[in-house]
Amino acid sequence: MSYEIVQRPHQQNFIDWAKDKPKVLVLSADLTNSCEVGKWRDTYPDRFFSMGMAEQNMLGFAAGLAREGFEPWLHTFSVFLYRRPLDQLQMSIAYPSLKVRLIGFLPGIMTPGGVTHQAIEDIAILRAIPNMTILEVGDATEAMSVLDVAHAVDGPVYVRMLRGEVSRIFPANEPFKFNTARILSTGKDLTLITSGIMTEEALRAIPLLQERGIGITHLHVSTLKPFTDPAVVAALGNAKSGVITMENHTIIGGLGSAVAELMAENAIGVPLRRIGLKDTYAHGASQKYLMSEYGLDAKSLVTTVENLLGNDLKIAENDLMQSRTASVHSSAKVEAL
Amino acid sequence: MTTHSQADLNNIARIATGIRRRVLAHTIAQNGGYMSQACSAAELLACLYGGVLSFAPLDEPIDPPTFIGVPAVGLHTYVTGAQFHGAKAAQYDRLISSPAHYALVIYAALIETGRLREDGLEHFNRDGSTVEMIGAEHSPGFETTTGSLSQALSQAGGIALARKIKKESGKTWVFMSDGEFQEGQTYEALQAAKFHGLDNLRVIVDVNRAQCDGPMDTVMRIEPLEARIKGFGWDVTVVDGHDTAAILTAASAPTSSPHMILCYTDPVRGLPLLAERAPVLHYLRFTGADERAKYERAYAEMVK
Repeated sequence: MSYEIVQRPHQQNFIDWAKDKPKVLVLSADLTNSCEVGKWRDTYPDRFFSMGMAEQNMLGFAAGLAREGFEPWLHTFSVFLYRRPLDQLQMSIAYPSLKVRLIGFLPGIMTPGGVTHQAIEDIAILRAIPNMTILEVGDATEAMSVLDVAHAVDGPVYVRMLRGEVSRIFPANEPFKFNTARILSTGKDLTLITSGIMTEEALRAIPLLQERGIGITHLHVSTLKPFTDPAVVAALGNAKSGVITMENHTIIGGLGSAVAELMAENAIGVPLRRIGLKDTYAHGASQKYLMSEYGLDAKSLVTTVENLLGNDLKIAENDLMQSRTASVHSSAKVEAL
Repeated sequence: MTTHSQADLNNIARIATGIRRRVLAHTIAQNGGYMSQACSAAELLACLYGGVLSFAPLDEPIDPPTFIGVPAVGLHTYVTGAQFHGAKAAQYDRLISSPAHYALVIYAALIETGRLREDGLEHFNRDGSTVEMIGAEHSPGFETTTGSLSQALSQAGGIALARKIKKESGKTWVFMSDGEFQEGQTYEALQAAKFHGLDNLRVIVDVNRAQCDGPMDTVMRIEPLEARIKGFGWDVTVVDGHDTAAILTAASAPTSSPHMILCYTDPVRGLPLLAERAPVLHYLRFTGADERAKYERAYAEMVK
């Protein structure tokens, strides 16, 4: 199976979307083209504000602009929105619950920039912050339709965004819906909950698992906070042999933990296996290499299913290699980082 | 040079005296308080609230509301301490007070200028009250939440930028303490305010050279402060922070850049007894009945 590849889904879409929204501003911290808003800046120069490499101050300015009725959309890499300016995010933006949109690029291990550029614990940290809404897009359709969802939230929103060459997994006419999981398959044995780029990765393995008679209920989750979708609880409750989560994030505090909380609160007594970074930092290398090195890939999903069910499923690594791997040198990747 | 009427100056002197008196009375009653901040900033805040700031008038002093909860997603009715500054309008000023531990001093200034009810201080530091010890945005006179120091200047920069976009004539003022010039974010804000041409942003600083651990020069030096700030392209005026005519003149000077008034102040001004506590002046808590009695006598002198 291979998906349509959309080149820079955010770039023109965000320009078109913002056309009739004069209160929408963009604040950028020297990663403008890397976050696909260079053309936005050239289209709406009066609504674009360069804040330089000074994120603490950028978040404070955003708070002031939001208090005056503007809707600032901050564009930079995920790490620079919460890790360096965490106190500013909390005291200037989250506490007063201001309508600031934090558009974070290169979540998790999507960047060869290494530990300094890899937001591996952002969801864990931001989930603990009152008033925050956390969204994560999993494909081009969601990267484009998340704008309406974030815009409608009457409080601060953090988005794990995708850029460059992005697969379209979900039909363009099935947009991102707030706090609503996508049910991608149903089956009685296992429930699999995936988010972000892990969904596409899981989809490589699922047909092979199904061919071997394993019933899998697979949900793609794109709203990580709030995490109160009854469809998720129902899917967890229907899992006969276990629940698996897959996230581009540390297994502590993110999707896997959110699922664990729901299972405990709802007395769902089946084993839970969390696929993600196992309480470790990563390093600089290609996404594909890192996904394999740290077990964030389809192979890891197969192994986890085998462990849960106690079966050797005899799925060769070659079988999992069907899907595309993005070309590092393609025209969509104008920036090295 | 701008001249100010003697009546204005007399009124400001009255406010400043009232600030010191109220904070001292309260400190005695509570067996503790941020007293040196009242001594250093009384004239500066009296100038702001008693002449410099253009605020919408209030019909009558406001009775501080009880605490109704923190801001939350979808809660549109949240009323901040800005209500004590009057209704917002394009032509009016804003004041973002950065050192939130000056709360008691600011409450006193609000009372002296008829914006907070005189008995409002009875709610100070009481459970369930908005008149908190460290002000947050529900507290009288606090428009934003600034107790994590150095965040106010960036917030005010955003407000000033927004008001520039909206072509509002009112200025955005920030009251800062000198300790905040040890925080890196302050310098990020200075460079951004200049870069974005925020000539509607004005800052007044209580340079009392004292901080929690003691004299600033022993904790972390910030001088030469004027040269530092000028280096960021700001207009800077240095004044004696107890010279109200000089503060008023500096505050009304036309500028084409963001402007900062550095008020060099004396943290024991008006209460020389406090000097016995030097070098650590940040918070006054009486060591015993003897010291408390001394301050009671000083208060009696002050109200004579």
